[in-house]
Amino acid sequence: MSLKILDKEAVAPLIEALMADYRVVGPQAKGSKFAFDPITDPAHLRLDYDTTILPPKKVFQPQHERLATFTLGEDPQVETAIEVEPTVLLGMHACDLHALNLLDKAFSEDYPDAHYLSRREMTLIVSLECLEPCDDESFCRSMGTLEADEGFDLHLTDLGEAYAVEIGTEAGADLLAKYGDVRDATDAEASQKAELQSSKIKHFADRLNFDAAELPSLLEEAYDHPHWEELEERCFACGSCTNVCPTCYCFNVVDEVNLALTEGERIRHWDSCQLAEFARVAGGENFRESRGARQRHRFMRKGKYLYERFGALGCVGCGRCIRTCPSSISILKGFNTIRASLR
Amino acid sequence: MSTSIYKPEMARLGNVQQMTATEKLFRIELPKGQSLGHDPGQFVMLSVLGVGEAPISITSSPSRSNGDFELCVRKVGDVTGALHAMQPGDRLGIRGPFGVGFPMDSMRGKDVLFAPGGLGLAPLRSLINQVLDERDEFERVIILYGARRRSELLFRDELNEWVERDDVECLLTVDCEDEGEEWQPEERLECNIGVITTLFPEIEVDAKNTIAITCGPPIMYHFVLMEMLDKGIPESNIYLSLERRMKCGVGKCGHCQINSLYCCQDGPVFNYADIKGFEEAL
Repeated sequence: MSLKILDKEAVAPLIEALMADYRVVGPQAKGSKFAFDPITDPAHLRLDYDTTILPPKKVFQPQHERLATFTLGEDPQVETAIEVEPTVLLGMHACDLHALNLLDKAFSEDYPDAHYLSRREMTLIVSLECLEPCDDESFCRSMGTLEADEGFDLHLTDLGEAYAVEIGTEAGADLLAKYGDVRDATDAEASQKAELQSSKIKHFADRLNFDAAELPSLLEEAYDHPHWEELEERCFACGSCTNVCPTCYCFNVVDEVNLALTEGERIRHWDSCQLAEFARVAGGENFRESRGARQRHRFMRKGKYLYERFGALGCVGCGRCIRTCPSSISILKGFNTIRASLR
Repeated sequence: MSTSIYKPEMARLGNVQQMTATEKLFRIELPKGQSLGHDPGQFVMLSVLGVGEAPISITSSPSRSNGDFELCVRKVGDVTGALHAMQPGDRLGIRGPFGVGFPMDSMRGKDVLFAPGGLGLAPLRSLINQVLDERDEFERVIILYGARRRSELLFRDELNEWVERDDVECLLTVDCEDEGEEWQPEERLECNIGVITTLFPEIEVDAKNTIAITCGPPIMYHFVLMEMLDKGIPESNIYLSLERRMKCGVGKCGHCQINSLYCCQDGPVFNYADIKGFEEAL
């Protein structure tokens, strides 16, 4: 499909139009940082954002969601609740698209998760080409997630005065036709976009000191590595790293009951393998008791286990866990340290 | 897409039998008399609405299902505590069955050695009774069962039956006698005094032709495995049923992960050779 051009002045009217029919979620300033939040004023959209505190996974797997409602009493009944509304998600970076691709696999394999998948089906994704690195913590280039050829309905590249709009799906084309004031790109604009894309890599440092494809086999050798003992000393077990990770999807499920004890809700919320009770059973046994073992588990999931299961690495190099860790634990440095000592 | 894998089926609690001070046996009837359709060793996610959900292994065998099934549950947490307070006729939620059960097919034609400890008898009972109901399909059936005290022995009627049967070699042991408990002679099963490993010298096995199965408290596995391996039973002939925290039962929530494996989907029954290199297994 042909490349389109969306003038920057036409972005706000486009969002305004979308807001009539969709929940529009996009990056907005939050203090000194950015966050994906529902847009109430198109002027708040910040497509020049670097990275966000939380990844856009929260659009598909909210921090808290109702899985079911139930009544109590003589003949209790339970009804499925699927919380979904038509959504347009604006401004996803390529690393997050790669992460979403992995979440899709996790939630659709074997037992498809209707809650996640319904939101996925009802959400259109407008992604954004990264032309500069977000900061010194990201290592997307090393993880092969600097580009995404698919996973978006529309994809924007900033040409200065306008965005080049690539059409990824029919749904994206329909959305653009219905809401967007766009024109076909000229040959000059098409070459400008191609040039930006092909030359951008020089701005991104290759920060992993080895080929990321080595990670699964490297971690296989690293199960008893002293690095885990170091992390045992440093990790506070706060769970921030997993909260901000775009590929962490572990969850807990709890029942909440009203004060009259007549009805309630079954709630799913984010959980973290870094928390002490994550693997503890009712009898008291804890199968992953030490913080070092829990950090090892996180590294293993990111670099090995998820790859073995889904064919994609669980780390997309977004750098969020590194930025957020109160103890400055860096998965990038960890990978490099382990590699340097073993190979 | 509107069918949720997390929606429990509302079942009816049938007969409830107090087995020990902390364990009860619950008979559960699915709506419209439908059968659970489980394999021995599988589990269900049991919901007490308003309290939560917990994974519980199925203790009845498919061969004895009349459209219902049994769970033997220790009162130990929120959900099991609430379950213990329920009465026949009450409603509870069921999802499943889930997971991989015991390898019935590779056991046929072989000697079978069961070594459950304590509440570990609950999942193994589904297999033991299935094997006994297809008795001709198997060679020797050996059951070595240990509990902490006589008062904690589960399924005493069935233990008695297994001890009496000529085609079952069943030995029982308790770590120590209850203090101040007087047992009526007819209730008094013949028990060795000592931990479960003290029963192993009592039996001879044709190691290569034996499939050995164990389940019990975490502390027990290492010692039972040592006894089994000492007998010469090949690692790949040994199976374990493992317990983990679970919030979904379908390989998503992450709680039950054992290294790269998911207890809920790859287990809860594992071949020892497959997991012996996994530090998180035991």
